[in-house]
Amino acid sequence: MRSRKAQGLAYAAPTAVFVTVFFLLPLLLVGQMSLSDWPLLAGDRGLNAPENFTDAIDTTLFWPAVRFTLLYTVIVTAVLLGLALLLALLVQESRPAAGFFRTVYFLPSALGLASASLLFWGLYSPTTGPLSRILENLGLVDDPVSFLGTPTSALLSTVFLIVWKFAGFYMLILLVGLQRIPHEVFEAARMDGASRGQIFRSITLPLLRPSLALTLLLCVTGSLLAFDQFFVLTKGGPDNSTVTVVQLIYREAFQRMNLGTAAALSVLVLAVLLLLNALQFRGLRRADES
Amino acid sequence: MGHRVATGAVALLAAVSLVTACGSGDSGSDGGGGGGGGGAAGATGTDDGATLTMWTRAATRPQSEALVKAYNASHKNKVELTVVPTDDYQAKVGAAAGSKDLPDLFASDVVFVPNYTSSGLFADLTERIDALPFADSLAQSHIKAGTYEDRKYVVPHTLDLSVLFYNKDLYRKAKLDPEKPPTTLGEWDEQARAVDALGGGVNGTFFGGNCGGCGVFTWWPSIWAAGDDVLNADGTESLLASATAKKVYDTYRGWVDDDIVAPGARDETGATWTGVFPKGQVGVMPMPSTTLGLMPKDLDLGIAPIPGPDGGKSTFVGGDAIGISATSKSADQAWNFLAWTLGDKAQVDVVAAHKDVVARADLASNKYSDADPRLVTINQLVADGRTPYALKFGQTFNDPNGPWLSLMRDAVFGEGTNVDKDNDAVSASLAE
Repeated sequence: MRSRKAQGLAYAAPTAVFVTVFFLLPLLLVGQMSLSDWPLLAGDRGLNAPENFTDAIDTTLFWPAVRFTLLYTVIVTAVLLGLALLLALLVQESRPAAGFFRTVYFLPSALGLASASLLFWGLYSPTTGPLSRILENLGLVDDPVSFLGTPTSALLSTVFLIVWKFAGFYMLILLVGLQRIPHEVFEAARMDGASRGQIFRSITLPLLRPSLALTLLLCVTGSLLAFDQFFVLTKGGPDNSTVTVVQLIYREAFQRMNLGTAAALSVLVLAVLLLLNALQFRGLRRADES
Repeated sequence: MGHRVATGAVALLAAVSLVTACGSGDSGSDGGGGGGGGGAAGATGTDDGATLTMWTRAATRPQSEALVKAYNASHKNKVELTVVPTDDYQAKVGAAAGSKDLPDLFASDVVFVPNYTSSGLFADLTERIDALPFADSLAQSHIKAGTYEDRKYVVPHTLDLSVLFYNKDLYRKAKLDPEKPPTTLGEWDEQARAVDALGGGVNGTFFGGNCGGCGVFTWWPSIWAAGDDVLNADGTESLLASATAKKVYDTYRGWVDDDIVAPGARDETGATWTGVFPKGQVGVMPMPSTTLGLMPKDLDLGIAPIPGPDGGKSTFVGGDAIGISATSKSADQAWNFLAWTLGDKAQVDVVAAHKDVVARADLASNKYSDADPRLVTINQLVADGRTPYALKFGQTFNDPNGPWLSLMRDAVFGEGTNVDKDNDAVSASLAE
């Protein structure tokens, strides 16, 4: 019995060490930083709680960043999941070429987000990018298009990149969910004379709920933590209209060189994410039970 | 005094580690003398085959690489250069400073130097610098930026000056005299508009309109040229709402309103702003002097100082300054490299040969600059130029979400009515 116990511990040990070193200890350090006066260049100068938290919330960009991050999350989640579901429905049946289209839709997911952002930055650039020139040559526009020049266009251009990049990935998750639904259920419904719309509403959607909940969870969490795409494409501009909460953390730490307030912001974000995930997991579990 | 004691301790530590590492008693005693008091080794340092680590940012990579290559080829010490993307450099230095992992030598955009010296990242070089025979000829604006509480911590590494580039071919087409570049902001305005009137994809001028660093580098010389200041002496208060400053903003706003500016200025975050002029479709705009050697051979370009509203001339003496990190254990060897980079041979045969600005006023005229009068114009500008000093420079002026960029954009793309309010925000950030 003892040897079994030791064996179990031995199996768990590498993961435990990994989690301790790379998750628990940094987490504790962030906690300590958030309560301390900790300039990046000078190091720890002792506790000052709760000054970092009040400073972080008092930053002029804090509430705009929160509002923008939420707006971005809502838009991206709605567009992304809607499109992913549509794509999944399109390629779910084993028609000829379905495999080809599945691969094509999934392909952008194989790219890193920072590289994809850089690619789109190049495409969008009014001075060096080709997109604007192509539109001009086609006669669709008269003046060069400024894809990142106004708050709205910057947001939409970024949403387009994210949808292009991630729609295939969420499609894949939903596709797996779709294929888990037994064929007999659809057949029975058709025998009973249900229309396509009725089948979609009353069978596909309810039975797909676990997969939808999972994609929702991933998408919301990912969007609330948005950083790379805005860091590369807009740097929070134009006129601070696309500053996300994580960009604010980066700015506090590496532009304003204040690890204390950066850590305080991180702790706040972590708390919000924990809460959201707890809620969504409850939803997920209920979906599994039903 | 605290700094001197600390430097002495570092030098002693360096000495001890040298003795134990190489068993070389000689350099040990040199190290002890060189760190604090400027002994015999103080002037030229030690060349004993040490390996030195060095960081620089991508923006000045060609200049640093050329110097390192020439040094390594002629010395026993070897410098290992690491180039870091420009936008990540401050973050990298900050993180390394926190964990005491700075390299022996690190260059820095000269405007960030005060932040580093005040945080104690650099070793004190006062005696070593003063012992150089050409100490007084070193670019004083860089030396001043690296002086903190009367101690000197850095020397100039690469100088990057803002100057007007103008396209002589376009000037001829627009019936302007290609040998008469603008001497006032008004003439600049007239000439830009005359070139812009050519049409057909040709534009009068260009600037990085979503790039705080570009504004600092290219707009401030026009304010300085009028004899005005942009900051108070301590760098804690902004004077960027002065009548002169507003005149400068108004000129730029006029170019935006009347479409004299090449497309993309409003979105330009700084990554591609120097790539517009070499295409040959822009009349006259401020550019970094370090790009002169990179211009296309067939582009007939002239160079002129940036003028103020009523004449005068000035420049932003930017570029990189370099120092030895306070935690380096090879300060004597690192100084050997620094002292060599400032010597006649490196300055003329490496720096001037690459069409770059020399770090010493006494070499402003040399065999390379004599062959290209444009280089003389640039070299002589160093004396008229300034390097602004502020501890909170980066977070105030370079931060893409900082208060200065808001001022720039309000003043030039907006109504221009918020300048006073925006200036208060800049001051608040400087005084934080």
